[in-house]
Amino acid sequence: MNSGAVASTTALSKQFPGASRAALSEVSLEIRPGVVTGLVGPDGAGKTTLLRILAGLLLPTAGTVRVLGSDPGQDMETLRSSLGYMPQKFGLYEDLTVAENLNLYAELKGLRGKARAETFERLLTFTDLARFTKRLAGQLSGGMKQKLGLACTLLGTPKILLLDEPGVGVDPVSRRELWQMVRELITEGNAVVWSTAYLDEAEACDDVVLLSEGNVLFKGPPRSLHARVEGRVFLLDGASESPRATLRKARRDPASLDGVVQGKSVRLIARAGATLEPTRHGVSSEALLRRVAPRFEDGFIDLLGGVSSAESALAQALAERPRDGRVVIETRALTKKFGDFVAADSISLEVQRGEVFGLLGPNGAGKSTTFKMLCGLLAPTSGEAEVAGVDLRRGRAAARQRLGYMAQKFSLYGHLSIAQNLEFFAGAYALTGKTKKEAIERLVAVFEFGHYLDTKAGELPLGLKQRLALAAAVLHGPEILFLDEPTSGVDPLTRREFWTHINGIVERGVTVLVTTHFMDEAEYCDRIALISQGKTLAIGTPDELKAQAATAELPYPTMEEAFIGLVGRPS
Amino acid sequence: MSAAPLFRLAALIKKELLQILRDPSTLIIATLFPVLLMLIFGSGISLDSTVVRLGVFDQDGSPPARRLVETYRHTPGFRVVEGKSTDELSDLLRAGKLQGFVVLDQGLGRQVLTGSRVRPVVQIVTDGAEPNGANFVAAYAQGAFAVWSEQELARRGYGPRSPARAFSLETRAWFNPSTKSRNSLLPGSVTLVMMVVGALLTALVVAREWERGTMEALLTAGVSRFELLVSKLIPYFLLGQVAFTICVLMAHLYFDVPLRGSIGTLYLVGSTFLGGALGMGLLISTLMRNQYNAAQVTLNAAFLPGLMLSGFLFEIRSMPVAIQAVSSIIPARYFVTAMQTVFQAGDVWSVLTPSLIGLGLAAVGFLGVTFFVTRRRLE
Repeated sequence: MNSGAVASTTALSKQFPGASRAALSEVSLEIRPGVVTGLVGPDGAGKTTLLRILAGLLLPTAGTVRVLGSDPGQDMETLRSSLGYMPQKFGLYEDLTVAENLNLYAELKGLRGKARAETFERLLTFTDLARFTKRLAGQLSGGMKQKLGLACTLLGTPKILLLDEPGVGVDPVSRRELWQMVRELITEGNAVVWSTAYLDEAEACDDVVLLSEGNVLFKGPPRSLHARVEGRVFLLDGASESPRATLRKARRDPASLDGVVQGKSVRLIARAGATLEPTRHGVSSEALLRRVAPRFEDGFIDLLGGVSSAESALAQALAERPRDGRVVIETRALTKKFGDFVAADSISLEVQRGEVFGLLGPNGAGKSTTFKMLCGLLAPTSGEAEVAGVDLRRGRAAARQRLGYMAQKFSLYGHLSIAQNLEFFAGAYALTGKTKKEAIERLVAVFEFGHYLDTKAGELPLGLKQRLALAAAVLHGPEILFLDEPTSGVDPLTRREFWTHINGIVERGVTVLVTTHFMDEAEYCDRIALISQGKTLAIGTPDELKAQAATAELPYPTMEEAFIGLVGRPS
Repeated sequence: MSAAPLFRLAALIKKELLQILRDPSTLIIATLFPVLLMLIFGSGISLDSTVVRLGVFDQDGSPPARRLVETYRHTPGFRVVEGKSTDELSDLLRAGKLQGFVVLDQGLGRQVLTGSRVRPVVQIVTDGAEPNGANFVAAYAQGAFAVWSEQELARRGYGPRSPARAFSLETRAWFNPSTKSRNSLLPGSVTLVMMVVGALLTALVVAREWERGTMEALLTAGVSRFELLVSKLIPYFLLGQVAFTICVLMAHLYFDVPLRGSIGTLYLVGSTFLGGALGMGLLISTLMRNQYNAAQVTLNAAFLPGLMLSGFLFEIRSMPVAIQAVSSIIPARYFVTAMQTVFQAGDVWSVLTPSLIGLGLAAVGFLGVTFFVTRRRLE
């Protein structure tokens, strides 16, 4: 064990009673002082369990854990003042004010008198919360709650900060500020552990521990993961076809390990030692490959051995719809008010058949409200909306039959098996008899559910849950598919498989509407409506939005930078 | 104990009180709920019969028979409807227009005069579909009959010591001389208020801390289980006392339920029961950790037994033996006994002491178990 480590674990395992697999198995790692250590992994990887063990809230089943020289499970008292832990839901009292929350935690950590006044002064300036001390914590925005949570955690100047997914539910602007705060906190002697399911956050860490299903896949600086794929990552531009079709063809090249749509380009990873020749596999001859710098995710995919196929069996099982460029979703000045609060303020947009359209915006921007009005779950206050040829003011129920809806975090029945879930959703979409049987059989074949038909949905691995949620949404062959943050928190392989299916069915003429605050998902969209404070700030292709946000200092912004630029710009 | 934990405890209690004051639903449950419940039990629900419509069919018509009809007419609570036949009265009874009727046989007057007892001469028919009401009607009708026969005997010159009066029966209800059911219902119904404020509210607040992740934050801030439990107990104990006081004031001042015991004894009983109810709520929420389950369990483990098995609404002695045995482990039962005693009989320690022991054991038991199952960790 490195004597310089602030915390370390050796062969740490955690098995919860009744769980089919260990939450953590033989995890050994070291947290170095003076750096931000990223605990990276999809939902269910074991990040929270590991943090809770480090904080002394859970005991390991096997292995050892040392934090600042003590065993956190035994010496919670001694660690109290030197360990700061921010749980996923901030640990704030929403019915107490900002000042009352701070006072409570200051008392609990024994911070009193002059020292407290000074610390408050410093933290309130630091977090820019000084203006809001009398406001109830529950009335703060997601970003401000996160800052207050961080401030409460920082009371008593901890030597090790454990932050459980501080970037979740926070818009990119606030997330950037949060990172700046954490960067400023880091000194020689203290350490920060930042857990996240967003792979782009991993790039910002000094050290990364990559977890997947309780196992450590990688540890070290993110650059050393980049090094694995250095020189093998390319962007394919200029093809005459749609990026989706180009991706499908480019992936037929046996030299390709992975590929994703990125705006109007396609991002490809070549297998080690192989040369990509996309034009020999059907990609139009004007297309050009250019080498780009790898991202953390590219290295992660390489570590996982790549993605096998970019062909969607689901798309092949669907009937082709004519791609006639007809407008299938149209809204005019669509508005929703909750009391005095205008959640969606005259939203006007048009979506054509066979388009992937994204609603992108910070939390509370009104994208969910707009989304719910369009799928007929919420009645608009004013304005017009036509979905699949049905006026939403009249035939909300009729429109719903032509829509498929996949809710955030997969709204499946955890206690029902795959077969029972499919049966239920088929019934909910009014499929009966032979049609129902065939629809279920088709999807069972497409998604290879055969072995798992009797497994409860709640016990499925994440990838299968995602497939099942998609299967339930497309059982009745909808014209339009609504996806609410469909791949947040899932691993990159599952996410690729999911988008392969979506790309496939879009090629067959299905229209897809996605809400997300996930920049990667935005890249998959043909067009995006950027929504902030209930209003549409901009509508355009991802590349158009990036171009709109470009400045002299930042000529080629990423999607996230474009988002920050456009949302932050005074209107 | 060093000074630091007291500061921490004070901070936690302050936080809890602030939350109570901010949350209108908590305050409403603690203040409005007792008022409503007292109003319901004080005026809405009554086990007394108020006005009974009694049919009378006088087949005799003799002066003594007419005097009996007059006696019924003058009995408070009876409204006499004279009928012309048994069938007519039966129909009215079936239609629910009468709660009972009395048939005076032919020859009643003659029998009274001769003193012969050949066959029943007065028949009382009641509506057995409502057993409580039927019992009242029968009892009142018999009472009126007894008054009448005494008058008839006196009329014929039999003095108070005469052998003919040897069998006259005198009934008197002790402790509740006016036999108003309200006087025993109201002290008993306080059980429900205490269960809701003590057990349900407490169960919800602790479960809420788990749900919102604040429990994790408190635990890593080094809060001990003593601090955790006491910081929940004190504010909700105070809130429970407020609710208890509202109940007592409503019962005594508004509904005129006599309070024969002392205020001190009353609060001793109330506080001991509240301790158990709080312990129960804390235990449930510590085990459940989510508000929905905590509410369900509290309803089934605290509220329903308090309603059904505590004896304030349904007499325990008329329950099957097995259920009587179950009721003996329900703290609410001891609370109802003690409350009814303090209100109606006074500080009768021979009754109160066993009840207080039962309540005390429940409080110590629930709080003790809670202390031991509370963990500083998440498992």
